Amino acid sequence: MNSKSIRLSLGSLAAALLAVQLAHADPTPLEVRAVLHRDFHSRGQANLSRVDQDDVQWLCTVSHNKPSAKRAKEMEAEQLATIRYPADGKFMGNWKKGEKLASTGKGMTWKDKPGGTHGGGCYNCHQLAPSQPSYGTIGPSLAHFAKLRGTGHDAQKYVYGKLYNAKAYNLCSEMPRFGTSGSLTEQDIKDLVAYLLDPTSPVNK
Amino acid sequence: MLTIRGATVLGAAVLALATASAFGENVRQEIKKYQRMTAENSPVELWVLQGEDLWRQKRGPNHVSLERCDLGMGPGVTKGAYAHLPRYFKDTDRVQDLESRLVTCMTTLQGFSEKEATKRVFGNADKPSDMEYLAAYVASRSRGVRMQVSTKNPKEKASYELGRALFHYRAGSWDFSCASCHGTPGKRIRMQALPVLSSKAGARGTYTTWPGYRVSNSQLKTMQWRINDCFRQQRFPEPNYGSDATVALTMYMAVNANGAIYRGPGTKR
Repeated sequence: MNSKSIRLSLGSLAAALLAVQLAHADPTPLEVRAVLHRDFHSRGQANLSRVDQDDVQWLCTVSHNKPSAKRAKEMEAEQLATIRYPADGKFMGNWKKGEKLASTGKGMTWKDKPGGTHGGGCYNCHQLAPSQPSYGTIGPSLAHFAKLRGTGHDAQKYVYGKLYNAKAYNLCSEMPRFGTSGSLTEQDIKDLVAYLLDPTSPVNK
Repeated sequence: MLTIRGATVLGAAVLALATASAFGENVRQEIKKYQRMTAENSPVELWVLQGEDLWRQKRGPNHVSLERCDLGMGPGVTKGAYAHLPRYFKDTDRVQDLESRLVTCMTTLQGFSEKEATKRVFGNADKPSDMEYLAAYVASRSRGVRMQVSTKNPKEKASYELGRALFHYRAGSWDFSCASCHGTPGKRIRMQALPVLSSKAGARGTYTTWPGYRVSNSQLKTMQWRINDCFRQQRFPEPNYGSDATVALTMYMAVNANGAIYRGPGTKR
């Protein structure tokens, strides 16, 4: 056996090892999707197509929520373009209605009726009104939010946009895209903006 | 029933106390105390006894009991079986968790159709399901046994890897994966602490107490139910009962819990 054939056989050994490794690699998102299509079923409004990932969900899955800064910036710009701001130019609704929306996490599950009681489930993940002791900690505290962010036009527009599509500001954020996904209406989002920014809202007391 | 009602009253008292007192560490201590007290008065044993009775009853078109059911330790062996599940079964050529394996035994031994065996797997407070009784009984037979779930068989390894991928797969209306809630330490939803199921510590503490009796709704819930209701809250479509995807997620959590002593069925808030 000359040195060339040894190199060749070493090369094929390496190729064989690589093939074995690939066979044991973690399932790709497309393979997971195929499993979900086989092992899940539509129920109520939760259609089976919900397991299909869009670009954001795919990239955040494969990058373990750490995409490259360049790609994240490009896609955040795409997400920002999905935001439809109110035609009347007003961002602030009624904080009392906002409080109800912040307190319920109902909506979009297979048990919920489309168009029925729904909310943003804000308290599941955030502290809001300091007087409400039952709050989650998946997201940051938003207590006294107006003090931190101000209450002007820019602050209102930012909060509206963040609620509409959180992925426009932080691509792999765990916060849902309430406007883009059709979970909250324009009026709902306005009411939540008021809950966060109105100086008379309990969030700012 | 007295015990259940007592626990509910106690729960309300502790919650009232929690709302009145300073938050943070104080509340965590109170919740821990509440959990200890409820566990001491847990009606889990009622499910275990009813489950044992069902296990021995001659049922189905074939009029036989489940006493020859092979849960992986040999026909009829229940001792320690749950601490070794999910596992690969040669006769079905798939990895199965306790519940999908019980369905296999109900169909092959007792002669039920799969449809009959899975018709009512999730019960309610008025009427628990046969599956809940059986799962409580079989799981109780692993109390004190060390979790030792194998990934030696290639199908077991593939199931674990699929489970890990499913755990991190983001999709649905709200872009959630399992890891959205169960991937970072120290998080909670409202007042409910969230175990990190991708970590050894989190999986060990949680997996070893399921199935679990829920004081808040007086029901004993199985792991298949737990996964089903997580996917509902994830805004996903519904998983098929006992499907490979649900078994893979169970496999992922069970293997992460390996080495811990099984101490269920547990008692939950």
